Amino acid sequence: MNLALRDIRHHRGRFVLTSIGLGLLLGVVISMGGIYRGLVADAMAILQSTGADLWVVQQNTNGPFAESSRIQEDLRYRIAAVPGVAQAAPLSFQSVQIERRGKPFRFFLIGYDYRPGLGLGGPPALIAGRPIAQKHYQMVVSQAMNMPLGDTIHLGLHDYTVVGITGKLVSSSGDPVAFVTLADAQDIQFKQENNAIRNDRARLDAWVAGLPGLGGAQERMLKARLAGLTESTHTVNTVVARLAPGAELGRIKAVIGRWNHLRALSTEEQVEILTKGMIEKARMQLGMFRIILLVISGVIISLIIYTSTLDKIRVIATLKLIGSQNRVIVAMILQQSLLMGLIAYFTGYVLVRLTHKNFPRRIELVPLDLQVLFVIVLVICTVASLVGIRKAMRVDPAEALGG
Amino acid sequence: MFAVEIAHLTKVYGQGETKVVAIADASFQVVPGELIAILGPSGSGKTTLLTSIGLINEPSQGRVVIDGQLLADDGWLPGVDLKRVRREKLGFIFQHHNLIPFLTALENVMVALEINGHSRAAAKARALELLAALNLSRRPHNYPAALSGGEAQRVAIARALANRPKVILADEPTAALDTENGKNVMAMLKQIAVENRSAVLVVTHDQRMVEGFDRIFEVRDGRIVKESKG
Ligand SMILES: Nc1ncnc2c1ncn2[C@@H]1O[C@H](COP(=O)(O)OP(=O)(O)OP(=O)(O)O)[C@@H](O)[C@H]1O
Ligand SMILES: [Mg+2]
Repeated sequence: MNLALRDIRHHRGRFVLTSIGLGLLLGVVISMGGIYRGLVADAMAILQSTGADLWVVQQNTNGPFAESSRIQEDLRYRIAAVPGVAQAAPLSFQSVQIERRGKPFRFFLIGYDYRPGLGLGGPPALIAGRPIAQKHYQMVVSQAMNMPLGDTIHLGLHDYTVVGITGKLVSSSGDPVAFVTLADAQDIQFKQENNAIRNDRARLDAWVAGLPGLGGAQERMLKARLAGLTESTHTVNTVVARLAPGAELGRIKAVIGRWNHLRALSTEEQVEILTKGMIEKARMQLGMFRIILLVISGVIISLIIYTSTLDKIRVIATLKLIGSQNRVIVAMILQQSLLMGLIAYFTGYVLVRLTHKNFPRRIELVPLDLQVLFVIVLVICTVASLVGIRKAMRVDPAEALGG
Repeated sequence: MFAVEIAHLTKVYGQGETKVVAIADASFQVVPGELIAILGPSGSGKTTLLTSIGLINEPSQGRVVIDGQLLADDGWLPGVDLKRVRREKLGFIFQHHNLIPFLTALENVMVALEINGHSRAAAKARALELLAALNLSRRPHNYPAALSGGEAQRVAIARALANRPKVILADEPTAALDTENGKNVMAMLKQIAVENRSAVLVVTHDQRMVEGFDRIFEVRDGRIVKESKG
């Protein structure tokens, strides 16, 4: 006969409600773990879908995800010429926030070389439509953008039409991703309205004209160079490269690193930058909350088990009186505690399972995390029951006699 | 061999100012099947005597022997599993039935059997048999709260009898019952003594309840002052 279950059966309402309450708490713990895993997965998503071996960025930066990095587009040819590099292609990244249907709408825009066989870092497998096929005004969006094929969106100076939809892909800050050609991305990023260009040009011209001691020809040349520089849109955030089989990553990194103004990062280094730098704080924050919530759960379980032991002092005394072994009494208390933990854990788990798709940020439920939490919950329940067990062990069988 | 044997049993509570000698130098022997009444006014030490014999109250001095096994000799004998002796050889009945509120009548009897190593099926069979013998077959699945005082006390008796104990200790088993139910319980205890060959020690302060007992001990201020035949 299981005394723990009989006791619970006697006031199952209280027990079940408490367990479910704890389940909500554990649900938060589970989802926080899931949010952290989601953050990691989101942060790595673009890195992984790009599939490059090498990321060339501006010197002294951790670009392009953690910091802004600007390099010249035509470096791709120099990088491609390094022995061991199989392919190199430029990428441009920018966060865009526009107004859509009266609401702010944020997404992450990637510009890539759309020409088949020449680009890297374009959209992963499409689930609808087709890839970008021309240099301008076409767009591939990720599912999360909620844009049907044929929909248009106004960016910078032009309208862009959705021609393809790719699966769920988000930026490291969780925004959905859209792809345009590199030329379009540069336009959207750098090209100003004609009026603004005219203003800037007039300002520069006035400044050049004001410089003393310039001849007419020099002045004209300077104006043209300055206009070329300031109006140039041939800047990208990174050039990514794939290495030929058997190529030595370290050597190629060193070669590129020796060039002025550049830094070459391996995929591992990017992972390191993303996890250590960007997610570490979130990890610690979430981890701390999880620990606090688990401690609270432990305290609650321990209080409940303790008070339910107090309620049973007479029962425990009677059991001792009629000669029950200590293990019978310990098992009764411990099993209740464990059962409470089990119900709470599965309540929390089912809750998160059913709702995790509806969270604003991705919740990634990793089996190992869930298993570890399960063991932790069991340990907490065991420890929490000790106070009650200690109390029970001290009960004098003579206490069963009183009226 | 005696079922119960006490010699120079003394129990002192507290020290110094608060010292109370609850039992002073009590000695007697009880044979199997004997029905003993312990009579005395409130505070005379009846419960203390019973709980010392029942191995839940450590004697200060003197000896306690149950079924030939020496258990206390100026305090518990070291290395003895008192719980085991209690569950195998002793049965307890109290003024308040002390049933476990979250177990049914049947389960209350079964639990005493299961902790003594009986299988669930064996425990159930024996418990049903006991409930039937105590005229409780109609309510095996009632919780104690849904039993009358007399029924609850009979379930408690069934539990005390479960492991066929050598000794049954009853402390005011009729105090919470009306006269008729009280008489019934006493009659059952007599029957048990005869049929089970158990030594039955019943504490009471109701003179009218002790007719038909084999011997009556009268206790005053912790001393057995009179022993008489019933
Ligand atoms: N745990 C204890 N600590 C200190 N003194 C106690 C304790 N238990 C009993 N006593 C004292 O020992 C004496 C005998 O008590 P006991 O309970 O044995 O009397 P009793 O004959 O059973 O009385 P009643 O008829 O009221 O049940 C009393 O003076 C009581 O105050
Ligand atoms: Mg008493």
